[in-house]
Amino acid sequence: MTKFAAGSRVRAQVADPDGHTRLPRYARGHTGEVVEVRAAWQLPDEAVRGVFRAEPVYAVRFNAAELWGSGSHSVILDLWESYLEEAP
Amino acid sequence: MSGEHGELPIAARVRRLEERLIAAGLATDEELDEILERVFTSASPVNGARMVARSWKDPDYRDRLLADGNAAAAELGFGAGTRGYLLKAVENTPDVHNMIVCTLCSCYPTALLGPSPSWYKSFAYRSRAVREPRAVLAEFGLELPDSTEIRVWDANSETRYLVLPLRAEGADEMDESELASLVTRNGLIGTAIR
Repeated sequence: MTKFAAGSRVRAQVADPDGHTRLPRYARGHTGEVVEVRAAWQLPDEAVRGVFRAEPVYAVRFNAAELWGSGSHSVILDLWESYLEEAP
Repeated sequence: MSGEHGELPIAARVRRLEERLIAAGLATDEELDEILERVFTSASPVNGARMVARSWKDPDYRDRLLADGNAAAAELGFGAGTRGYLLKAVENTPDVHNMIVCTLCSCYPTALLGPSPSWYKSFAYRSRAVREPRAVLAEFGLELPDSTEIRVWDANSETRYLVLPLRAEGADEMDESELASLVTRNGLIGTAIR
């Protein structure tokens, strides 16, 4: 059972981690919707330090207006579970 | 890796990196050779174009491609090149246009699209595709109606995308190889209509 499912509203974490991450800056702090649950993959932030722990990955869709304040397109991005929290 | 690489600094760096990988037991010389051999001899947009042409001709194949890109690639003999990542095909319709970018790097399915063009790796494309895709597409000569919804797929090492372009007009009268010749690398990335 994964923490989120397709349709879940999620928010990407705001904090800027010290080391490597796959959470791009443009998505931080923004709210989107899970469109697909991917498999569990190694968390890159830890794998880069030699710690191999798999966790669920979600394809999250963000509206351009949410990301940039304007625009009508959407951006779909894979995010690891620990990058996400339930949308407030 | 076998063969001569001359004295370029980048060749020395690559060689040192390979030596570290091999010493750490993460790869063997033979494995690295095999990957390079495959990239240089078989990675080509012709492969992705064949998958698109098959999809246009065979609705069942199209369904399988959209459901499981890796299995659909393997059906046409591209299984080895698409191993190790999730291949996801995204289909253009009259209402929805998909385009691919990799904002953090330059990931895409090389086996099906060939080595990536330099613009795909550029900071300009990677930063602008997610911010203003309509303007970027216009610079590629692709003017989409305002009513077309644009979806930008930000790829990564684990998930790589292939755009299934709009079916060509007159597809019923053409055979698969003719259809494949209509599909370009930019069409497979989503920066051309096909």
